[in-house]
Amino acid sequence: MKKFVKLLVSSALVAAMAFGVCACNGGSTPTTAAPAPTDAPATEAPATEAPKTDELIKVGIINNDPNESGYRTANDRDMKATFTAENGYEASFFYSLKNEEQIAAAQKFIQDEVDYLLISAAGTSGWDGVLEQAQKAGIKVILFDRTIDADESLYEASIVSDMAKEGQQAVEWLASQGLSEYKIIHIQGVMGSSAQIGRSGALDDKVKAESNWSIVKQQTAEWSEETAQQIVQAVIDSGEKFNVIYAENDNMAKGAAAALDKANISHGVGKDVIIIGFDCNTWALEELLAGNWNYDGQCNPFQASYIDDIIKNGVKTKVVIMEEKGFDAKTITADDVKNYGI
Amino acid sequence: MTTNVSALKPQPSAKEVFGKIVRNQLFIPLVALFLLITFNLVTDPGFFKVSLEPNSAGNLVLSGNLITMIDYASELVILAIGMTLVTSASGGQDISVGATIAIAGSTVLRIVKTQSPDISGAKFAGIIIVSFLLCVVVSALFGAFNGALVAFFKIQPMVATLILFTAGRSIAAWINNNDNISINDKRFSYFGNFIPGVAVPTPVFITVLCLIVIAIVLKVTNLRLYSQAVGINASSSRLNGINPKVIKLLTFIILGICVAVCGFIKVSRTSSITYSVIANNIEMDAILAVALGGNNLGGGKFNLTASVLGAYVIQFLTTTLYKFKEIDSSSISAYKAVVVIILIIISAPIVRRKVDDMKNRREAARAEAEALKAEAEALKAAAAEAESIEAASAEAGKETI
Repeated sequence: MKKFVKLLVSSALVAAMAFGVCACNGGSTPTTAAPAPTDAPATEAPATEAPKTDELIKVGIINNDPNESGYRTANDRDMKATFTAENGYEASFFYSLKNEEQIAAAQKFIQDEVDYLLISAAGTSGWDGVLEQAQKAGIKVILFDRTIDADESLYEASIVSDMAKEGQQAVEWLASQGLSEYKIIHIQGVMGSSAQIGRSGALDDKVKAESNWSIVKQQTAEWSEETAQQIVQAVIDSGEKFNVIYAENDNMAKGAAAALDKANISHGVGKDVIIIGFDCNTWALEELLAGNWNYDGQCNPFQASYIDDIIKNGVKTKVVIMEEKGFDAKTITADDVKNYGI
Repeated sequence: MTTNVSALKPQPSAKEVFGKIVRNQLFIPLVALFLLITFNLVTDPGFFKVSLEPNSAGNLVLSGNLITMIDYASELVILAIGMTLVTSASGGQDISVGATIAIAGSTVLRIVKTQSPDISGAKFAGIIIVSFLLCVVVSALFGAFNGALVAFFKIQPMVATLILFTAGRSIAAWINNNDNISINDKRFSYFGNFIPGVAVPTPVFITVLCLIVIAIVLKVTNLRLYSQAVGINASSSRLNGINPKVIKLLTFIILGICVAVCGFIKVSRTSSITYSVIANNIEMDAILAVALGGNNLGGGKFNLTASVLGAYVIQFLTTTLYKFKEIDSSSISAYKAVVVIILIIISAPIVRRKVDDMKNRREAARAEAEALKAEAEALKAAAAEAESIEAASAEAGKETI
C-alpha cells in the first residue's frame, strides 16, 4: 500500500514536472505555426535582399513576457515572423518583465556582438549605462513599444503607440454618435499602466468639458473580465441608468456584455447600450461584425515591420508613432477582422 | 474554569448564555454579515430587493444584489472548503489556487474551443463532461504535486505552492498556445450564468452540490478526525496508526478538485480567459475566508461552516464596495483591507482566548473574593462563638466561685 502510494506520488511528480518543462519550451516554439498578419510592405521585400548580403543581420530582441497579454503575444509573434533567416536576420530573443534581467540580457547581447539591439523595456530607468556600452561597441539600439528615460543620442529610433491618441479616437467616435445624453460606465485597466492612463485621460477630459456627459461608475477591473462583469452587475442592481460602456480592453468589454446579457439589457448597433473595447482581438472584431459591440480601438502590436524598415532603409524620424485604427461596427468588414485581429 | 463557575452558580444566567454564543466560532462571521447587511440597508433601503425578470434569452431569472452576491461567492466558497482541509492537515495554506484555476480553465477551453457551436445537444454534453473530467484530473495532479512536496519532502506549504503560484499562469497560457480565446457557443455559458428555464444562477447549484458532497464525506469517513489529528500532532497521530503523509496528500488533492470546479465556473461566466488575471488574488480571499471563520491557520481543529460563512462575508464586502460610486477605484483595496484587518483580529483564536482568559480571570477573582468574604464571616462567627463560650464559662466560673 505504502509502496503504491509512493509510486503514485512519484509518477504524479514526474508528470507535473514534465508539464513544467514543456511549458518552458512551449513559450518559445509555437510561433512558426502562426503567421502573424503584418500590415506593411517590408515582409515580401527581403527575399531579394537576403542572398545579396549573404550575411545575416544579428539582432538581439529584448521583450516583455509574451504571456503578459494578448497584445504582447501578438507582438512577439509578429517579431518572430519578421526576424527570420529568410528575411536576412539571425535573431535571439529574451523575455522578462523585470528591468534588471532585461539589462543583464542586453549586456550579454553586447558581448555576443549583435548588430542591432531591439528593446521593449520593462521599466523606464536604469538603461543609460548599458546603452552607452552598446554605443561604444557600435551596436545600434532601437526601442519599440515602450520608451525609456535616456538621452535621445543613445538610441537610433523609438517606435511607440500613442495610448492617449487611441483614447481620443474612441471618444471622438463616441461624440459623433450624437446621443442626447451620455451616461457612461468606465471600466479601467490596471491603475497607472500606460494604456489605462492614455485611455482614461481622453474620456475624463471629455466628461469634464461636456455638460451632457456623465460617469455613472468609474472603477478598475484590472484587465479582468470577471471583475468587469461584477462591476457592471453592481450598477445594474443599483438600478442606475446608463447607455455607454467604455472598457479599456476587449476582455473587460466582454465581461461587461455578459452582465448585460444576464440582465436583459440590449447592446450593440442600434440597441440600448453602446459597448466600446480596445485591443482588436479577433473575437472582439467578430462581435463588432455581428453588431453586438459598437467600437473597438486598436493598439497596434505590429512594430516589426517598422523596425525592419528602419534597419534596411535607414532612420527617417527619431520617434515613430504608429498608426492606430479604430473600428466602427457599422463599417467593419470581414477583411478587417482577418487583417487586424490579434 | 467554566465548569467551576457554573458550579458556583446553579442557574445559567443570561450573561452566560450570551458568553457561550460569543465564543461560538460562527459568531464573528455572522456578526460581520449582519453589520454589512445593516450598513447596506441604511445606505440603500432597496438593497435586498430581489426581482424576477426576463433576461436576454427571454427566460425569467432572479436578479438583485443578494442574488449577485451569492452567485459570485460560489468560487470562493468552493475554494474555502478545500483550503480549510489543507489548513487543518498541513498547518499551512496553498497560495497557488489562483494560478491552478487558470490552468483548469485553460484545460476546459482547450477542449471546448475545438467544437463548432452547431453540434447537437448530446454531443455538446459529451464534450462538456470530457473537458470537465480532464480538468479535474489535471487539477488533481497539480494538487498532488503540491501535496507531495508538502507531505514527502516536508516543505512548508506556502513555499511548496509558491512554485505553481509563479509558474501556473504560464502553464495555463501554454496549454492554449497563448491564444486569447472566446467561445461562441451560448450553451457553454450556462454553467456560469443561467440554464434556460431556471431562475437561479447555475453556480449556486454547483456550490450547494459541493457543500452536500463534502458534508457527506465528512459524515461517513474519518477525514475530519484524521486531518485534525495530523494537524494537531503528526507524530502522535502516526503512532496511532494514521499515515500523516497520505492525509496531507489527500487534502491537497481534494483542494485540486475544488480548483477544477472553480476554473470551470470562471471560464463559463464570460466564455473567455485572461491568463494573467483570471481568479487574481483569489488565494488570498480563500485564506481570508478560512481565517475569518476563526479557524487556526496553524492547523488542527476546523469548522467548515464558519469558513463558508467567511467566504460569503468577503464576497459581500466586495459587492458592497463595487456598489459605492464615491469610492475611488484605486483605493478600493485599501477599504477592503481595513475591514478585513478588523475582522481578522477579532476572530483570531489568540484574541478570543485572551478575551476568554480575561473573563475567566474576572470570574475567578470574584469567586475568590466571595470565598474570602465567606471565610472572614466564618472566622467572625467562630470568634463570636468563642467569645460567647468564654463569656458563658466566665459566668459559670463566677457562679462556682
